[in-house]
Amino acid sequence: MTKEYHTITDIAGPLIFVEKTEPIGFGELVNIMLPDGSMKRGQVLDTSSDIVVVQVFEGTAGIDKESGVCFLGETIKLSVSLGMLGRILDGSGEPIDGGPKIVPDERMDINGSAINPWARDSESQFIQTGISTIDGLLTLVRGQKLPLFSGSGLPHNEIALQIARQAKVKGEGEEFAVVFAAMGITNEEAQYFMKDFERTGALKRAVVFLNLADDPAVERLITPRLALTAAEYLAYTHDMHILVILTDMTNYAESLREISAAREEVPGRRGYPGYMYTDLATIYERAGKIKNKKGSITQIPILSIPGDDWTHPVADLTGYITEGQIAISRELHRKGIYPPINPLPSLSRLMGRGIGEKNTRGDHRAVEQGLYAAYAEGRDLRGLVAIVGKDALSERDNRFLMFADVFEDRYIRQGRDEDRSIEQTLELGWELLATLPESALTRIDRRILEKYHPAYRKKHSK
Amino acid sequence: MMKTAKGEIYRVAGPVVTVTGIRPRMYDVVFVGHLNLMGEVIQIRNDKSVIQVYEDTSGVKPGEPVTASGSPLMVELGPGLLTSIYDGIQRPLPVLNKKMGDFISRGLSEPGLDRSKKWKFESAVKKGSKVVGGSILGAVQETKNTEHRILVPPTTSGTIEDIADGKFCVEEPIGHLTDGTVLSLMHRWPMRVPRPVIDKLMPDIPLITGQRICDTLFPVAKGGTACIPGGFGTGKTVMQHQLAKWSDAEIVVYIGCGERGNEMTEVLTEFPKLKDPRTGAPLMERTVLIANTSNMPVAAREASVYTGITIAEYYRDMGYGVSLMADSTSRWAEAMREISSRLEEMPGEEGYPAYLSAKLAAFYERSGRAHLLNGKEGSITIIGAVSPAGADFSEPITQNTLRMVKVFWALDSKLAQRRHFPAINWLTSYSLYMNTLEPWFDREVSTDWKMLRMKTMELLQKEAELSEIVQLVGSDSLPEHDQLTLEIARYIREIFLQQHAYHEVDSYCSIQKQYSLLRTIHEYGAACYDALEKGVLLTDIFKMKSSGLLAKAKFELDFDHELEKVVAEMKKEFKSLGVEAM
Repeated sequence: MTKEYHTITDIAGPLIFVEKTEPIGFGELVNIMLPDGSMKRGQVLDTSSDIVVVQVFEGTAGIDKESGVCFLGETIKLSVSLGMLGRILDGSGEPIDGGPKIVPDERMDINGSAINPWARDSESQFIQTGISTIDGLLTLVRGQKLPLFSGSGLPHNEIALQIARQAKVKGEGEEFAVVFAAMGITNEEAQYFMKDFERTGALKRAVVFLNLADDPAVERLITPRLALTAAEYLAYTHDMHILVILTDMTNYAESLREISAAREEVPGRRGYPGYMYTDLATIYERAGKIKNKKGSITQIPILSIPGDDWTHPVADLTGYITEGQIAISRELHRKGIYPPINPLPSLSRLMGRGIGEKNTRGDHRAVEQGLYAAYAEGRDLRGLVAIVGKDALSERDNRFLMFADVFEDRYIRQGRDEDRSIEQTLELGWELLATLPESALTRIDRRILEKYHPAYRKKHSK
Repeated sequence: MMKTAKGEIYRVAGPVVTVTGIRPRMYDVVFVGHLNLMGEVIQIRNDKSVIQVYEDTSGVKPGEPVTASGSPLMVELGPGLLTSIYDGIQRPLPVLNKKMGDFISRGLSEPGLDRSKKWKFESAVKKGSKVVGGSILGAVQETKNTEHRILVPPTTSGTIEDIADGKFCVEEPIGHLTDGTVLSLMHRWPMRVPRPVIDKLMPDIPLITGQRICDTLFPVAKGGTACIPGGFGTGKTVMQHQLAKWSDAEIVVYIGCGERGNEMTEVLTEFPKLKDPRTGAPLMERTVLIANTSNMPVAAREASVYTGITIAEYYRDMGYGVSLMADSTSRWAEAMREISSRLEEMPGEEGYPAYLSAKLAAFYERSGRAHLLNGKEGSITIIGAVSPAGADFSEPITQNTLRMVKVFWALDSKLAQRRHFPAINWLTSYSLYMNTLEPWFDREVSTDWKMLRMKTMELLQKEAELSEIVQLVGSDSLPEHDQLTLEIARYIREIFLQQHAYHEVDSYCSIQKQYSLLRTIHEYGAACYDALEKGVLLTDIFKMKSSGLLAKAKFELDFDHELEKVVAEMKKEFKSLGVEAM
């Protein structure tokens, strides 16, 4: 039925231009038959009665003007079914684990649709990651998108894996299913992820999409969309709670820039296209929790920010869309602290939905504020000590200085397999706050202080 | 005039569709393809018209039919707007939810106003009354505290032939003019055209926002303009929410333009629960929400700002004081950039179209206190959030906005990181309404208001100078007088400027409370200087407990009583130090 055209006029970068076609739909999927018999796929970017522009996913190498072009009459769809769990697929959704093809239960458009803001649920549940800095200070909740802001050479992958391994919702035994999308990561990194999934048995409850560094860049543009389509299917059709890990969004943005340049579009900041904000939003905003649906999608995108510069467009635009960020600190990493999460520039905007009496404990907000303020003050003092020396500091200041060290050593630092419960995290927080003079804890409500501060609790128990 | 014409699609490139066979006017609405996707004409070249489409165009093909509606994009104005939540082109989101499920699909147009709901109308004119555009025909009780005045459309005038009281749907005739024109509860207005007024007046009443730093240091006038630029995480949205919640406007229009879906959900669940401090009614009852989140179609995002301002103008025309919050105008400008680049227009700075500043100016100019066609007076205050790329205020949107607006609330990421909220930098922010608003503060609050404000600014300025020295030598090496200045400035910052948005009491601070709190801090400061001069040791002054009590007083419901207690305690403490204070 589908007609094969041999009317390619131009080939430029990842784009081919085809003329004299019948009407072709915008966004349609395209098969390109090469003279050597192999096939590549692409998508329509621009269509008119005169010429059709096709973006080729696997790159245009080997395509000549005599190659055949077939338009498939539909936009890109992903075959989804429960059978995807435990499978490893390539960046365009084909199995690469040697297993059989996915038997589709449904075929879904990979671009998805925007969730109606009216349908979103404002209630949520606390996700315990077992990492104190996240649980205590940057609480993650179901339906949130919370990226890791990292840089090259930092252990963001290990942290993401630890979160994936340990994430659970308090009171519900139910584990998360993980959808993992790799975009342009190295073979080595991919193996690291796969080994860990296999070692911990997490693979059984995971769907993996791999687009590696040497895979075509254009394919990267659809990889996260495939992953999120799979996630939506599992979450909203099968009531599962899904954790989506997207790594590395910086590579994704690079591909976006590459295509934009090939299309000769007007560039925005640093050559990235002007529509990058909207494009990233169509990925990130697919996280969420819907009022009358049981499942949810929580996203942890990973960004390796070039030059640790947060004003870089990828980090900047991501920060404007996501609900906070987890800052991986080079300074803490150099000190040998794992996980090197610096709470000061980090933020979780939805924290309020996941803490308090109903979710964690009544003192959670107070401990968070106390620790944050004390650590911030301690770090400020470090700067001062460098100038005036330790002896010039008051007794009170020295206590804060010490607090910052102990906080890094005991609260932030933990083992790669250490899974702390929220109670342990909160208790540890109080233990550290108790090293400070009580008069310094002005931010904490009197009633909460008297109920939870170790000094008072000892009195009660006597 | 209203002829519909058919044509066909020539080219599809994302949200920009080129069509042939129709001869529309610029900005006319066109329905595209078999799915009837709504769009607007944004360019005409020879026999081809370029349409920006408000919905996703995947699968749309050249050759599909196109229908021109012959009219520009209209906003429906009438009872039922309040408490509504719309997308960028005024489709009610709850109705879309019911009809298409939890996700937004394509090709459904839905009227902004409920057609079946009956409103009880009471007329204010009689047979034979002469009416002009903007005249009030009568009223409908829209919500418990808001009377919705039914207006003659601005372009209509004549003599009333008949008019009836009773219950009507928005489209039913409520009467006629002698020339046969049908009058109803609603009318339509093209969103890109400002609604006419007789003239604009100078704003001279402050918009009390209940936020201490805004009202006291950098006030905005009713009918004025303000902008809130800030990088991510500096609390732009929280600030906008606070202003929408507590400012003493009669009507609030909140535009979530290209922002997070979860944030809009927060507004949707919070506003019906919170009470308006003036009327005690739920805040939602004076609010219209427009939510076109970042992943909803970009062309509709461009339109959302116009939908919002047209609704604001409509309520202004009834004689109300309206506040409009746009979060964020940067996303609106980006939508313009995206469309512009698809049109292959020559770009200006950072890829933004060259007409960016003209568009921003035209939007902010729709604000103002105005003398209306019906003789009344109304106002629109516009408060726009700006999301500068890389938190760099020199980028084009911030700079073009600053050329228009009179109040600049600069959010500072350093303050936000120190958890000083609202993170408005007191050294870089400004308000150009200070002089025009002074008589009001003099009259309504206190005659020493101006003096207190000046003193506060001086103190903060002094602190900034001193902290540079402290950075180098430590605070102990400063003279005692300066050390005390730093301490008093800290009270101003921590007690007065910091305000807890999520604290049930502190979230809103009345102007009287702001005044007493500021005055007490300054009196306390004066007493400290006095004590220091009389030979009291600085360490003894720092040890006083009453400053801590002062810090807590703002969280108390019974504030006046609490403040009295604190002042009494202060006097006692100073006395014990051997100083007779105040």
